[in-house]
Amino acid sequence: MNRQLLRKSEELFYKVLMIISTVIIIIALLAIIISILVKGMPSLSWSMITQTPKGGYYFGKEGGILNAIIGSLYLSGGATLLALAVSLPLALYMNVHKLKQKNVVNFIRFFLDLLWGVPSIVYGAFGFTLMVFLGLRTSLLAGILTVALFIIPIMVRSMDEVLKTVPKGLLESAFSLGSTRSETAFRVMLRQCIPGITTAILLAFGRAIGDAAAVLFTAGYTDYIPTSLSQPTATLPLSVFFQLSSPIPEVQNRAYASAVVLTVIVLIISIASRGFSMKYQKN
Amino acid sequence: MINGTKINIEDLNLFIGNNHILKDINVQIPEKKLTVILGPSGCGKTTLLKSLNRLTDLYPEVKIQGSIFNGDEDILHPKTEITELRKKMGLLAQTPYPLPMNIYDNITYGLRISGRRKKRFLNKRVEYYLRQVSLWDEVKDRLKDPASALSIGQQQRLCLARGLSVDPDILLADEPTSALDPISSREVEELFVKLKQRYTIVMVTHILRQAKRVADYVIFMYLGEIIEHGSAEQIFEHPKNALTKSYIQGTYS
Repeated sequence: MNRQLLRKSEELFYKVLMIISTVIIIIALLAIIISILVKGMPSLSWSMITQTPKGGYYFGKEGGILNAIIGSLYLSGGATLLALAVSLPLALYMNVHKLKQKNVVNFIRFFLDLLWGVPSIVYGAFGFTLMVFLGLRTSLLAGILTVALFIIPIMVRSMDEVLKTVPKGLLESAFSLGSTRSETAFRVMLRQCIPGITTAILLAFGRAIGDAAAVLFTAGYTDYIPTSLSQPTATLPLSVFFQLSSPIPEVQNRAYASAVVLTVIVLIISIASRGFSMKYQKN
Repeated sequence: MINGTKINIEDLNLFIGNNHILKDINVQIPEKKLTVILGPSGCGKTTLLKSLNRLTDLYPEVKIQGSIFNGDEDILHPKTEITELRKKMGLLAQTPYPLPMNIYDNITYGLRISGRRKKRFLNKRVEYYLRQVSLWDEVKDRLKDPASALSIGQQQRLCLARGLSVDPDILLADEPTSALDPISSREVEELFVKLKQRYTIVMVTHILRQAKRVADYVIFMYLGEIIEHGSAEQIFEHPKNALTKSYIQGTYS
């Protein structure tokens, strides 16, 4: 009887603990979203997302943050594509070609995890050194290179985790049909994991678009929309940063409006990816 | 040496880490017969089967010594072109793993990676192999559906058709009915009986009654060693070894 009571109270204890932590997470998330919405929505206007800054924008005059929106999309899009070109082959290589050499794969994993832990400001500083070495100025290209380096470990490890879950039997089936390793990787593994890989790509994109430190020294900042890779570009996180550091309250509120734009972009992309991967999974 | 040997295994030893999994395997597998590898779970049956088309390459820590000859070719020789060799051996796993594509593409995958692309040729092959496994009538109207939508028994027959599609002369089957319900199980078993006139089949099973129903030749394994091998009649009616005898009479627990 006593024992049963103990078990029941234990059950209750963990249940309460679980509810508390769930509530904390939800409240924190809602608090962030509500606070940027409350502060940002009044300042958010159509002109803000369709115009580049006019003279005196940072003193509360007319204009918008289109330069930062487009700049961020260019930069994160470019960096994601570049990172994808490196990450996907590496992740497949680790899980198909190097099956037999577990030590090599584990070493790569360890190395990538270390890189994942490096703060993005360090990537920014490294990107800056790289720029000096290559003779680049602050530009879209330099930003793309730096951010790509920064998201490669994230992308590879997320893809790796997905590819690891593929049952050995599927690999055996593919090999038994006379597939080479590359055919197994690209025709079977990739297809099997499309939803997970899409998620990995978008996770990396989300990190790329939200990071300020990596682009601080490398992409620069400008009021214009870049028309070539060699021009500097504005980005949303830096746009938020610059407007928030302004002493003028109106400009500060625009910083929150910019944050709303950034959040909405990330939201749209994750929802779109969900829809895409669900549709693909059915085929 | 038996007449019409297809696969000749000589001094095969296999280690996983420090565990000696297969011990001094020496056996011949007859051509166009159904050979059953029989034995209790964990005796190395599946490992032996996977050695035959070198799927052991996929596992870290596996060390393999000895030779497996298919004709004159040593399958285990590092210089052997393994992808070509694997095409000569269809594999049917314990649970079906359809490729992540539709039914039609599952059958044509092996042909397409060999460079066959003509639509008419592929259509004909799909029908032919699906008929071979008596699946055609069940799926002919939904060839473009994902293979994962089929029932598990249908998936297993699809996987068999897929294995046949690369025109192998050997079929390897690893407890092919163990995940299936009794009806699907019987269907698959009957297919094997039908196919054994044209293919050399090696089937792993621990189901004694199944072995008795289908086997022409039996290899009895215990703890990584071959205890006894011979024709089905000889093994089931007059086993020489005491261990074989107790397993076959069901007194082995």
